[in-house]
Parts: sequence; C-alpha cells; structure tokens
Amino acid sequence: MLLRHTPSEIKERKALNVNPAKTCQPIGAMYAALGIHGCLPHSHGSQGCCAYHRSTLTRHYKEPVLAGTSSFTEGASVFGGQANLVQAIDNMFTVYNPEVIAVHTTCLSETIGDDIPQIARKAEADGKIPKGRFVIHASTPSYVGSHVTGFSSMTKSMVDYFARFSGKRTDTINIIPGYVEPSDMEEIKRLAAEMGVKNIMFPDTSNVMNSPQTGRFEMYPRGGVTVEALARTGDSSGTLALGKLASSAAARALDIKCKVPCEILDLPIGLNNTDLFIDALRKMAGVSVPESVNVDRGRLLDIITDMHQYFYGKKVGLVGDPDHLVALTEFLVSIDMWPVHIVTGTPGKAFEKRIREITREVPHEVNVGAPGDMFLFHQWVKNEPVDLLMGNTYLKYIARDEDIPLVRFGFPILDRVGHSYFPTVGYRGGMRLLEKILDALLDRKDRDDPEEGFELVM
Amino acid sequence: MSSTCEERTELECEYVDPGEVKQELISRYPTKVARKRAKQIVVNEVGECGEVPEIGANTRTIPGIITQRGCTYAGCKGVILGPTRDIVNITHGPIGCGFYSWLTRRNQTKPEDARDENFMTYCFSTDMQDEDIVFGGEKKLKAAIQEAYDIFKPKAISIFATCPVGLIGDDIHAVAREMKEKLGINIFGFSCEGYRGVSQSAGHHIANNGIFTHVVGGKDEGKEGKFKINLLGEYNIGGDAFEIDRVLEDCGITLVSTFSGNSTYDQFASAHMADLNTVMCHRSINYVADMMENKYGIPWIKVNFIGAEATAKSLRKIAAYFEDEELTARVEEVIARELPAVEKVRDEVRSRCEGKLAMLFVGGSRAHSYQELFREIGMKTIAAGYEFAHRDDYEGRNVLPSIKVDADSRSIEDLEIHPDPQRYRLRKPTEALEELRSKGLPLKEYEGMMAEMAEKTLVVDDISQYETEKLIEIYKPNIFCAGIKEKYVVQKQGVPMKQLHNYDYGGPYAGFKGAINFYEEIDRMVNSKVWSYLKAPWQKCPELSARYACD
Repeated sequence: MLLRHTPSEIKERKALNVNPAKTCQPIGAMYAALGIHGCLPHSHGSQGCCAYHRSTLTRHYKEPVLAGTSSFTEGASVFGGQANLVQAIDNMFTVYNPEVIAVHTTCLSETIGDDIPQIARKAEADGKIPKGRFVIHASTPSYVGSHVTGFSSMTKSMVDYFARFSGKRTDTINIIPGYVEPSDMEEIKRLAAEMGVKNIMFPDTSNVMNSPQTGRFEMYPRGGVTVEALARTGDSSGTLALGKLASSAAARALDIKCKVPCEILDLPIGLNNTDLFIDALRKMAGVSVPESVNVDRGRLLDIITDMHQYFYGKKVGLVGDPDHLVALTEFLVSIDMWPVHIVTGTPGKAFEKRIREITREVPHEVNVGAPGDMFLFHQWVKNEPVDLLMGNTYLKYIARDEDIPLVRFGFPILDRVGHSYFPTVGYRGGMRLLEKILDALLDRKDRDDPEEGFELVM
Repeated sequence: MSSTCEERTELECEYVDPGEVKQELISRYPTKVARKRAKQIVVNEVGECGEVPEIGANTRTIPGIITQRGCTYAGCKGVILGPTRDIVNITHGPIGCGFYSWLTRRNQTKPEDARDENFMTYCFSTDMQDEDIVFGGEKKLKAAIQEAYDIFKPKAISIFATCPVGLIGDDIHAVAREMKEKLGINIFGFSCEGYRGVSQSAGHHIANNGIFTHVVGGKDEGKEGKFKINLLGEYNIGGDAFEIDRVLEDCGITLVSTFSGNSTYDQFASAHMADLNTVMCHRSINYVADMMENKYGIPWIKVNFIGAEATAKSLRKIAAYFEDEELTARVEEVIARELPAVEKVRDEVRSRCEGKLAMLFVGGSRAHSYQELFREIGMKTIAAGYEFAHRDDYEGRNVLPSIKVDADSRSIEDLEIHPDPQRYRLRKPTEALEELRSKGLPLKEYEGMMAEMAEKTLVVDDISQYETEKLIEIYKPNIFCAGIKEKYVVQKQGVPMKQLHNYDYGGPYAGFKGAINFYEEIDRMVNSKVWSYLKAPWQKCPELSARYACD
C-alpha cells in the first residue's frame, strides 16, 4: 500500500497538516502574471520559491515557465531585499526585455516587511525601468490563504496598476475567468465571441501556457492580456467575475476604481452554471444568445439524459480549490451524483456553507473539510467508500490503495495531458467532464462485471 | 527572443570559437553582471598534468538572471532526507515548501514487506498561519510532533526549518530536544532555511551534518559480510540504487548503507560498521566521507556507476581496496557476464549517434558523470556545467586548499570531528593505504569534470536562461540535458531535452542495465522522426498556386 500508515480511525489534529490540499500563494500569483502579455513574473524571496513554483507549473502545463528570483541570502534577509530587487529589475529588463515585471512576495520578504512599491520607485529613480515598461506587484505571504488567494491578489493588482477610466464608456465586457486552465479561458472567450460580446479577459493564459511546438522558442508567446487592454478595462460597461475566491477582489477593485459594475458568478462548470454565465453575459452585453450556443447546451443535456443511469446515485469524493469545488459539486448534484466527501485546503468559512446548501438533497451524510487535508479525506473514504474520486494528481495514491477510479481535475495535474488544451468550462467543457467521468465509471464496470453480465452496449 | 534550430555536426562545431561564444554570452549583461559571469564561463584547457583553468563556482546567483538553482531547504529536505523512508519529515513553515517537495524527486524506495514503515508518500507540515508568524511557531511545532507521534509511531522524526522560521527565531533544536526527551524517540532538526547559502548545496551539507551528528554511530550492528561498503551520494532516482545493489550483491559486496537512496534510519545508524566508503555524487557528500574517516577510520574512494565502463572500473576499485583474490575474480566474472549485453546495444546505438553533440547543465555531479555515457555511444559533450557544484567538482580536489571561504559558506557549520573513543577502528594501516595508492588506487581523490572534458569545450557554472538559449542557438546540439524548468524551453527550440534530475520518469541509468536503458533512450531521442514535423507542408514551400475565381 502506498499510504499504508493512514488509519481509518480519525484522531483530531490541530497542528499537523498531512498531505495538503492546497499550496502557497506565490505560485498562484506567478500563474496569474503569466496571463499578461509580455510579462516576466518575479519572486521576491529565496531562490527555492521560484524554482519550486516554476517546476510545479512546468510539470502541470509541460510548457516553459520563466520567472526571476531575488535570490535572497542571509544578508538580504537581515537587511532587506531592496538591493536584490533593484538589481533583478535591472537585469530582467536588460537581458529579457519584458513589457511588465510582476513581482510577488514570499513568506520571507513579507516577514521582513519589504515594501515593494517603494523599491520599485527606487528602481525607477535609478533609471532601471525603461520608458513604457512596468513593474507591478502583489503581496502574497505564504502563511495566508493558498495558491488561489495569490492568484486573486495578482489579478487584483492588474486592476490596481493598469485600469483607468478615460471618461468614455465602451460596450466591452471584462471577463475575469478565475483560476482555470488556458483551455478554459479560450472556451470562455469563444463563447463570448460566439455571442458577439466584445470582451477583455484578464488574466488570460491561453496561447501562453498551451503554446504550439513550432521549433521557435518565444519567451513571450502570443497570448496574454495586453497592458493596453488592461488599461481599457476601466472603460468597460461591466465585469463578469467567475469564481468568487479567485476573481471577486479584482472585480470589486475595478468597480471602486473605475465604476465598472460587476457580477460575480460561480465558475461555469456544468449545465446550470454555464446557463447562469451565458444569461448574465447576455443581459450585461445586451445581446441575444445565438443558436450555436443552444446547440452546445442541447448536446451537453443530451449526454446527461442519455447516460443518466450511470450517474445516478454514484458517490463521489472531491478534493480541490473552493471555486472549482462549488461549481463541480453543483454539476454533480444536478446530474444526481452524490458528492459525499469534499475537501479543500484553502481556508474560508463561506465555502462550507455553500457546499452544504448545494448538497442539501444528497441522501447521505456529507463530509466537508475546509480547510482539510488529503489525509483526512482518505480516512473519510476508508470509512465511507465512494465510486469515484475527482481531484489533482496526488489523489492517485488514494485511488490505487482503495481501488477507486479517479478523474483528474484541478491543480496540479502532473501525470496526464489534456487539461491545457481541452476545457472543462462551458457546455463543451461539461461534455468533456462527463466523457471523462463515464470513461472512468464504465471502464471500472467493464473490469468488474461478471462474464455473464458483461455488456456490449452501454 | 526567439531562435530556430537545425542540427549541427561535430565537424561544423569545430569552427565555432568558444572564446567568441563566451564574449557573446556576456555581452548582453550589465557591466557588473558580465564581470561576474565571465568568471563562471570558462573555455576548457587541460594541461599536461591535468591542470585546468579556474572557474567561479558556489557563489551567489545574480538576482533576476533566471537561474536553475533552488534553495537550501530543497537540498536538505528534498534531496538528502527525502529518500529515507522511515523518518517522519516535518516541514516547519507555511505549506508551500512541504507541498513542492512532496514526491517530486523520483527517489524510489522499496520497503522489504508490506508492514515496513514508508512515509515517503506523505507530506507533513505545520502549515504556519499568520498568527504563528506573529506569535511564534514553537507551540504548533511541538503539537505537530506530538500528533505525528500519536498517529504514526515512527522511530524518528526530523524537522526542517523554512525561511520565516529562521527570521522569527523559532528554536527548532530546542523543540526537538524537548520532544525527544518526552517521547523517547530520536527527534532532530535542520536549520535549512532557504536563504542560507547560495544553492541546494548548502542544504546537502546541513542535512549530512545532521545525519552524521544525530544518527550515524547509533547502532553497532548492521549487515554482515566480508566486504562491507557504504555508498554515499546515491539517491535512487528512477531505481538507480536497485541496479547498483544488484551488481554489488552479485559481486559479493555487502552494502551496509546508502546515503540516501532507498535508505532507512537503521542503515544510517550502522553506517560506521562498513569498511569502505564509496562516493558517487562528490558534491553532495564528500565531507561525510571525510568525517567518517576521521571519526571511525573508514577510508573512501570516488566511484561512478553511471556508464558501463565506469561501473566496471568502480567495481575493480572496490576489489582493489579489499585486496582479496576471490573478490577480484568474482568482480571480473560479473563484469564479463554483464558487458556483452551492454556492448551489443552500445555498438548498435553508437552507429546512429556517433559524432552527435550533447550539452549537460545539471546538478553537482551528473553533468560530469553522464558525459561518460554519451562518450560510450560516440557523442561529444561540447558544453557542460553544474547547477550548484563547487570548484573542486570542476577542477578536482587538489584545489581545495585554495578555495576561499566566503560569508555564505561560513554560515554552514563545518563540524570538527575527532576519533570516536569506542568506534574508531583504522581499517587499514596508513602504510597499506599508501601502498594501495602507489599501486594506482586513488583514495580520497576526485579529478573533477574539466580534466575529462575536451579542449575548447565550454564550462559554464550556474547557467542562466539567456545563456542556455544562446548556446543552443550557436551550437545547435543534438541533445540538451538539464532539469524540469529547462525541459520545454529547450524542446520549444526544436532540440530534444533529457532531464537528468528525474530522468523524464525513466531509468534506471546506473550500472550495466542502466547503461543499456540510457543508450536506448538517447537513441530514441536524437534519432526520432518526431522532430522532423516542425514545419507544415505549406510552410516548407510557401509559394502559392492560386487559381482565378473565374476559372
């Protein structure tokens, strides 16, 4: 057994996190920053933070992930990291020529209290920031929140640094997609375009974290929201923010700063949440929904109705990030699956309440861990087995030990491809999710059915 | 920046002037940076007695340069202690450090039976929150140790300090002592905050010092055998240690402990019972070999099990040390038995790889040891460098006395070691060792990477992203070796990239079977047709053959 020391007996733990269901803020900030065109993220801390974040993002996307580090030494930790950051800014603009350097802090630089805007001003005064180039920052101490919080903070920084109201409203809609995959961002943009809605998406990692193999390495790939577009978000007529935890801070900041009204929705995962998204976008932009979107919706519903028997009453265990879990749980409940163990490592009180509301009709006791860890999740699974697991790659250890099928979903996925190319949001993303769920469940059924009950047609 | 790549041959490369390449690499940098990088980029020359030029190494990375390097914690917890399966390793800090070092290094482990302890699949962290940073985290650390003990009942618990822990002044060692007393199991801490030292290397040192101080010598019975050795600096990536174990066992050599691939606490504790230390990764552990010699009287030799010839040579060195005819005969028998299969694949692969070019920028020993494997299939290393090695790993141990100890190195404790009153046992009298040396057995010697590299090759320490890209553009190598962060940067340039930290989820590459695996893998990579599809037909021949709409 891979997790041979996990007992089914649950002892309360107050101090020890075992097998975390989250990671730290800076990696989320780095991922968000990669969604700005021509941006070089920078980690203000020890080298290891940057190396770990780049490695993890690289493993998840199988794409180049470039970022600078302030390479703190003991001296910098005692006297502050100003000299390191100024030198880093100089080197990065000189050697790598980015349009934007997006600095995020770490537990180290936060603990010593480095003031990033002050250091950036110093760099500017020293002539280290070329004209028309920018240094932005987000405060992302690792001892607060999780990677999702870091993503949220960097996304909000894009508003703080760039958005401005020119005095003239446009009919453009801002879409803040949340902590989702480049494929998801692409799909959301495709839907908006299909509906004829002019939009600015930020951050936008499509065509950055899923760039093609061409034999040419582009340090700054084609994708990403431009600084110019970020500036224009202040003129837009509305903002749709998807995923409360990841996107609402930026949406509210834009409302306060530039009076752009916002609507905050759950991630458009599954039929109902996509309906809400399309409906909100339609109303906000004042457009009608084209037939092509209805067709997509109908196809997703077709799979649901055609294959309902295989979903009905299947118990599921979920590990992931709050925004994902809220939307995914809703989707699963909507097709009569029963999410019974739900764990996120990201702290937050509202989450449990939301999940309890969504799972109200599940005829089973529902365990919610927020914050919880995968060790506790595993113990729950041992005590109350499930038919399916959904979550990141680390779940495969539990899946193998307990012999339960696993659908990979969320972050990080280190051992499969697809998530960066094929969405799980929108109607088409819903179809893909159902395909994956059905493949997992039916493969299992095919494996386990007795010979006389082995089905040709399913 | 962008670049395209077509293959180059060895011949064409001879026309590239490495001195000019060096100038090109540093010309982009601000003056001060260029001056520093110039010391770390060297055109190799090997003198008659093997003397090589000096290289700057183990110095601070320049902020913003985009380095491969990680931190002290990564070296300590990730590299050295990570591969030990039966110690509960608790990361004291916010969640990230523990999370990222959770199962990501591919150090395989194989417990003897289903009930044996194996905590490697677990990540333990105190998950510090802001209140712990403000009010101190010692209380939480104690509680975490207690909880770990209550649930897992391990024989040992270790604690790893992350950056903020050092800053807020949590005394992890005092907590360790207190809890050790309370729980009656061995508990020890590592002050491996990420900002200590200039790279992972500092973390290796802190880890090894800790293991040496707290564990080695704790158990006076170990594996029995006639020829007992320890293998230091082997981390069982992709199962390397399993293959080395197989070969050693076939030779009748008993492996008392491995530092630290597939290791256990008890193996460390009884390491002092071995009669010879063999050092694989010189960088991460040579000082442990020295300390074991001073404290327990165990001599050491450098070995290399990467490459079939190197493996054979290393086995012969071990046999030479023990001066036993039977062992020598058995070693020769094993080599004779293993080599034909290796040679068959090698010759076949060589026919397809001969003359192709490799670059290796990785680690603290692999950039050297893997050159051997490439050489065996006729490939030439045109540029190489380490991520975190020191000058002695480049230039050889004879430069050790001339290495200046700077402020960053001084912060890593250098243990003062005296002979253990009970356990010191001189394995061979000094004269016998001298005689062995005069017969050609190099004791305590390592010549470093540069002496074995060709003239006019480039040696680059702590290579940056920019330099990586530029070198590929200039030399157009057939393969580039580094780590995960470099993997897709290189491949997007149309050049196959082999990861030598995690082996791209393959391996083993050590020993005889490992050599076969590596030859086949490199053959697959450098000769694959998949790299020929970079251009679509219409990109190859863009001329239009349009027809008028009215036709």
